[in-house]
Amino acid sequence: MFHAIKPGIMNVIEARDLTKRFGHFTAVDAITFNVKKGEIFGFLGANGAGKTTAMRMLCGLSKPTSGAGQVAGFDINKNPERIKENIGYMSQKFALYEDLKVWENLRLFGGIYGIPEKEIGNRIDELLTTLGFKSEKNMMVKSLPLGWKQKLAFSAAIFHEPKIVFLDEPTGGVDPAARRQFWELIYDASDRGITVFVTTHYMDEAEYCNRVSIMVDGRIDALDSPANLKEKYHVQTMDEVFFQLARKAKAKV
Amino acid sequence: MIILLVLPVLMILMFGFAISTEIKNARFAVYDPSHDLATQKIIDKINSSEYFTLDTYIIDPSQIETVFQKGEIGLVVEFSENFYKNIVQTGEAQILLIADGTDPNTASTLVNYVSRLIAAYQLEQMVLTGKLPYQIDVKVKLLYNPTLKGAYTTVPGVMGLILMLICAMMTSVSIAREKELGTMEVILVSPMPPLLIILSKVIPYFTISIINYLTILALGVYVLDVPVEGSFILLSLLSLLFIFVSLALGLLISSLVRTQMAALLGSVMGLMLPAVLLSGLMFPIENMPLFLQVIAQFIPAKWFIAAVKEVMIMGLGVGSILREMAVLGIMAIVLITLSLRKFKTRLE
Repeated sequence: MFHAIKPGIMNVIEARDLTKRFGHFTAVDAITFNVKKGEIFGFLGANGAGKTTAMRMLCGLSKPTSGAGQVAGFDINKNPERIKENIGYMSQKFALYEDLKVWENLRLFGGIYGIPEKEIGNRIDELLTTLGFKSEKNMMVKSLPLGWKQKLAFSAAIFHEPKIVFLDEPTGGVDPAARRQFWELIYDASDRGITVFVTTHYMDEAEYCNRVSIMVDGRIDALDSPANLKEKYHVQTMDEVFFQLARKAKAKV
Repeated sequence: MIILLVLPVLMILMFGFAISTEIKNARFAVYDPSHDLATQKIIDKINSSEYFTLDTYIIDPSQIETVFQKGEIGLVVEFSENFYKNIVQTGEAQILLIADGTDPNTASTLVNYVSRLIAAYQLEQMVLTGKLPYQIDVKVKLLYNPTLKGAYTTVPGVMGLILMLICAMMTSVSIAREKELGTMEVILVSPMPPLLIILSKVIPYFTISIINYLTILALGVYVLDVPVEGSFILLSLLSLLFIFVSLALGLLISSLVRTQMAALLGSVMGLMLPAVLLSGLMFPIENMPLFLQVIAQFIPAKWFIAAVKEVMIMGLGVGSILREMAVLGIMAIVLITLSLRKFKTRLE
């Protein structure tokens, strides 16, 4: 699948030598990259490579040990609180309140992100109709099947139409058919102008992104569009690109 | 891992030392209008026993009841006038043992011990003089709790325990659950201020504990016949303070753990167990070895239960519980500051 970016864009995410150290362990090692507005940017890497740590810094959740960056126009070091107002986030565990109903979850997040009360009701109905589970409005989230939870979690993350949405391994544990459906949702969001920053360890999903970066041991070892990377390493799939990079990293050690 | 090895040791020590229903060095006061040989001998006999230590000679009889209020005296021995003469001549010698009934178990034990000592004195006299002396009439008067109702000490104790349970344990488990499920992360990324997040987790249990407080009080008064001698408002303020301390403890625990299990374990082992054993609820603190007594000072429940007894059962006012309130107040401030800081730094 190919997804086109509109021309005339600026950077919604910028990172310069962003570093995070925990004691002697360097989780994120001076990464530098940009993400353009409207892009679908894949942040790839093996488990433990530092993706989640890097993302937490971009979301304003964690303070960088050194380095700088801006997200949605706000400085990571100085204004993490303003960043939070302008982004959406979907966690690995989908993170919905299981004891609340579907619409109650949406209302909660709508309220937190400042959507006016009068509007929330309409937006909830609209969203549920689009997703195709308007009739399940009053169901407890804990009784939803996994694929639906995933869709709901994503929708809750972009409910307030943020500039950027961060997705942390959003397709974990879901079957391939559901994964493809999910990526349709991502495309829809992107068409609406929301920049999508998605981390994943599924290399095939990299094909769906405009550009990807691959993190190995805290550093970004590759940053380009999937097509260019495949050409550079003379391989057919992103899996193989990753394999090449992993081998290089091992060889260095 | 270490917990599994250290915990049994701690438990044996705590149970072994704390569960001592023996009295040691209980302080007693004397009101002695006679000041004669017999009274002196009896006083010495009591004082020299390992169970008792003479604390005060009361001069003014009106002080007899008030001497208990500081909370250090467990027993007052009051002799009748012309004691010795009465033993020898008329058989009207009387000793009145006045005990603090707010802790019925201790009161009974103290009274029993002293009675035995007095009886031993009489036996000695008999042996010495070779004749049967007149009996010393020993009467017992229990203050605050004349019928020695156990409920007088259990209601304040249960109140403290329940408030701590609801506030500390439930709050910490609730926050830990959100951490486990991942919803905490999502909330933290949102523009919701951390203070508001904390408040939102704390308010439900605060409300529940207020309701519990009122329920326990109502049941205590109407079903168990435990009086509220002192000011209800004072009692409520005191309880509010304790609730704050417990909530802060719950927050602190939640910032140190990552799973609900750990929160539960931490609350039970770190709060409930010490509170039950060392707060004076079951076992009098004065009887414990020094190091346990020191530890007991750090347990909020100890101060709360003591203050509740003073207000509820003894009917005392703000003045006498100033110390307890100050301690609880300081604990609240320290704990709240600590847990707020820990909560924020966990984000880093």
